[in-house]
Amino acid sequence: MTAREIMEYDVIIVGAGPAGLSCAIRLKQLKPDLMVAVIEKGAQIGAHILSGAVIEPEPLDQLLPGWRENPPPVCIPVAKDELWLLTKKGKIRLPTPPQQKNHGNFIVSLGSMCAWMAQKAEALEVDIFPGYAAAEIRFNDDGAVGGVIIGDMGVDSAGKHKDNYMQGIEIHAAMTLLCEGCRGHLSKQLIRKFELDKDCDPQTYGIGMKELWRLQPGKSKPGLVQHTTGWPLDAKTYGGSFIYHLDKDRIAIGFVTGLDYQDPAFRPFEAFQQMKHHPMFHELLEGGEILSSGARAIVEGGYQSLPKTEMPGALLIGDAAGLLNVPKIKGTHQAMRCGMMAAEHINDTASAEGFDAKLRDSEIVRELYKVRNIRPAFYQGLWRGFVRSAIETVTLGKLPTTLSIHDDDSTLKKRDDYTAPDRKWVDRDLPPRDRLAAVYFAATEHDENQPVHLRILEPDICTTRCAEEYDNPCTRFCPANVYEMVADDRVQKDGGRRLQINASNCVHCKVCDIKDPYQIINWVTPEGGCGPNYQNM
Amino acid sequence: MSKILIIAEHDGQSLNISTAKCVTCAQAIGGNIDIAVFGSGIETIAAEAASLESVARVIAVDAEHLSAPIAANWANEVLAIADGYSHLLGPSTTLGKDLMPRIAALAGVNQVSDIMAVNAPTSFKRPIYAGNAIIDVEVPAGATVVATVRIASWQAAATTGGGSVEVRSASSNAVKHTRYVGLKSGGGERPDLQSAQRVVSGGRGVGSEENFKVIYSLADKLGAGVGASRAAVDAGYVPNEMQVGQTGKIISPDLYMAFGISGAIQHVTGIKDAGTIVAINKDSESPIFEIADIGLVGDLFKIIPELEKLLD
Amino acid sequence: MKILVGIKRVVDYNVRVRVLADGSGVDTDGVKMSVNPFDEIALEEALRIRDAGNAEEVIVVSAGGDECQQQLRTGLAMGADRAIQIQTSEGLQPLSTARAFLKVIEREDPGLVLLGKQAIDDDNCQTGQMLAALWERPQATSASKLELNGNSATVVREVDAGLETIEIDLPAVVTVDLRLNEPRFVKLPDIMKAKRKPMDVVSLEELGVAIEGNLEIGHYAPPPQREQGIMVEDAAQLVEELKNRGLL
Repeated sequence: MTAREIMEYDVIIVGAGPAGLSCAIRLKQLKPDLMVAVIEKGAQIGAHILSGAVIEPEPLDQLLPGWRENPPPVCIPVAKDELWLLTKKGKIRLPTPPQQKNHGNFIVSLGSMCAWMAQKAEALEVDIFPGYAAAEIRFNDDGAVGGVIIGDMGVDSAGKHKDNYMQGIEIHAAMTLLCEGCRGHLSKQLIRKFELDKDCDPQTYGIGMKELWRLQPGKSKPGLVQHTTGWPLDAKTYGGSFIYHLDKDRIAIGFVTGLDYQDPAFRPFEAFQQMKHHPMFHELLEGGEILSSGARAIVEGGYQSLPKTEMPGALLIGDAAGLLNVPKIKGTHQAMRCGMMAAEHINDTASAEGFDAKLRDSEIVRELYKVRNIRPAFYQGLWRGFVRSAIETVTLGKLPTTLSIHDDDSTLKKRDDYTAPDRKWVDRDLPPRDRLAAVYFAATEHDENQPVHLRILEPDICTTRCAEEYDNPCTRFCPANVYEMVADDRVQKDGGRRLQINASNCVHCKVCDIKDPYQIINWVTPEGGCGPNYQNM
Repeated sequence: MSKILIIAEHDGQSLNISTAKCVTCAQAIGGNIDIAVFGSGIETIAAEAASLESVARVIAVDAEHLSAPIAANWANEVLAIADGYSHLLGPSTTLGKDLMPRIAALAGVNQVSDIMAVNAPTSFKRPIYAGNAIIDVEVPAGATVVATVRIASWQAAATTGGGSVEVRSASSNAVKHTRYVGLKSGGGERPDLQSAQRVVSGGRGVGSEENFKVIYSLADKLGAGVGASRAAVDAGYVPNEMQVGQTGKIISPDLYMAFGISGAIQHVTGIKDAGTIVAINKDSESPIFEIADIGLVGDLFKIIPELEKLLD
Repeated sequence: MKILVGIKRVVDYNVRVRVLADGSGVDTDGVKMSVNPFDEIALEEALRIRDAGNAEEVIVVSAGGDECQQQLRTGLAMGADRAIQIQTSEGLQPLSTARAFLKVIEREDPGLVLLGKQAIDDDNCQTGQMLAALWERPQATSASKLELNGNSATVVREVDAGLETIEIDLPAVVTVDLRLNEPRFVKLPDIMKAKRKPMDVVSLEELGVAIEGNLEIGHYAPPPQREQGIMVEDAAQLVEELKNRGLL
């Protein structure tokens, strides 16, 4: 193997999301001569960004004063908040909790906003490289992080070089910022290597699924922010929906389920589709068309699950660390603040050291601390969750106890140990018909002739223990129908079935890496430029 | 009144069906229809062209150097006889696509590519963005209409005509700068999947590489090309080149028969322009029945032999 | 010799193109724009010819507004030596594009002009052929193989009936098809180098070309929906139905 070509930067940022871009912009504002690069595995900025999203604008005001005169392309001031409790046919309006009061906030497309931020970063001479995946961390001789190695491109599914093979270059940098978003694959490796999570609770996640719809004219109410809880979920499964009314007859409609659900037969995608068929939304969506769809895991552990965010030569920023405020359902303002803070820290100290303490002492973590008991309150079910959340809210999180966070992979019950509740789900008539149709609207694309990027560490388990104990839940929790158990005449044993991995359907949500009960699925990055092509998501 | 000249496509032996389809398009435009046949030893072909309904006259330009469809040579001949014609039409085949724009440039006009429908003598519908949008285009007043005709959108005209044939000699000499070397037919007797008029496809329901022989057998009986869904390719039943769909081939045969294919949107994207879609699947809930023109719920392993017997 | 490669800025092939509700156009709001995939293949071929020592310079040319400079930079990053933008803010159609290209050809005197066979937005498939006609030079369209032999080239073309081989004298226009090659990936350092490569901007007026003869584009409609199909009971009914429709 020939030695890799090297590029040198002062700072390399992995991931062009709100954390990464805020950091890049802030770094250049403070020190224009600094050499800063951002690499992004999506084919363009925003291609892999999926979020509701209602954002708090203060960090934008700090980072880009004057932004309100030239806002990002999709940016609607919030006009009204509604929280609903749904039953199969009915709905009950609940009082909007303070964390969900959005006066002064904006409904945005986070993807478009990142593309807009990227332009500003480029104007400051940040080098932004979409379509390139950071495949490995580069370590210095002393074991510190010294940059990243871009993935090789043009490798076929057997691992051989294709005609257009291009070796990935090495990017050397004194500081590497992991801004991969939740469950980043490099972040995962570094957390393990530097034992960054040894003093915190396990991380917990949710799966967020979203569709962008164009409704029949006149149906959308721009600025309306709606959230629901209750049906179609049972009291023991955490989650709810969001409907954000945009401009041009568009709405963003989505659904989040905690990945700590117990039912091995549960189908998160189906739950999302069910929610759309509630009379409240069915009427809204009828006659409309889907513009885009997608899914992404959401980090929910908050304060208790926050790992150490610094290591020699690198920092974990934004949701790679896990800063999303669950009751607010907002992580963007946190990610931006964290990115800016990291920039300031690097500018002051040129090192990772001391960042973690600063972060824990900051407004960012204080915000997490205040709401730290709300998510785990729901471990006792919906109703106890409401009660405890109300108490935590009223007492501003000042009560002395801190509830523990549990992980998601071991909460899944074996099918013999679990009886699913009667979900009262309905027949569906709204698109997308199924996960394959939804994947179509994610415009996800992978060159099929490349190594499968979903590495099953012990594949024998799939057709034996897992089939027996859980009936292969991956075939149900993946929102993109990547995993299938197919009958195959050529398979002699295990009931004549094998696991088929439709890697090219993958939307890079990371749920499989999280929820698989044996923790044998390792998501690694495919070739740069692959994956979803979200627009205005 | 329009005066239309159609440039005929042939292989030296017989007229290509695309010419008959150009005639139907010309009928939709209305007016006088002539056909130009270029080549060498083209009497039979010229007669075939003259027998197409509505054709007034066939101009047969017979010359050795015109036997190969070299765009520069044919374009020169067209320009020599183009005077007085309001419309110059060719098929949207590789031959027509190669030739007609050269003619358009020499005539000083833009070309209308892939006419799907005629709104008026100078207004047409054509597909853009791979058929995801259909636009109306209007040729500016006074300009000659140079256009290619989208073959999948038109029926072939009947052979009930009785036009005259006028034989002429070539107006120009062969261009020196382009020389025809040869043609290698698509390998095998089976029609090429991409351009076949009929295609038989198999999906996961076929079950194995072995079982795919029933698909090949029916295809051969129908003189059809053979395709497959991605599921069949992924499962190793057939090679990758046979994949029809979003990430495979996008085809538009007159007849598409899908056996054991569920009809996921990614596959349907590849056949949305097919003339008639026939679906045979065991599962009545398969999405393919939502878009198929003719659906049959049943076991393909029973139905295919029955079809073959009926076709005998 | 110099090789001129024409590239066009188009909506990325992954984008699910949608017609605007009022029929006035296609929704390109926030969509990713890329180099036309066939043009990338053309550029790759030109680079291979140069890298093999059979050309000194590869020049990428694009016509349009300043946004197309983004695609020209991609071309430079892939390895082109120089870029030329034919600047215009008006709608270009193939005839005017070909006329403008001809002016660049007259300035640069290339031995070979490579273009994609068609652009995936307008699907016109005309510009290369028109250019060859106006230039009075050979054209070889839908090339799947290109071999240079001194002052001429042998081209294998993908045609409906199979593969056609022709010989053309240079200079000539060749338009390329999918199977000609697999374009190289762009190396990160080359993106940086591309920023320093020369990019000339010349307006349509400076070239002495006026846009004329444009087809007027009216209403945009979504593709026609397939009508509701029918179900048949058995193979016999199916055959009957197909016969009735003239398909058997």
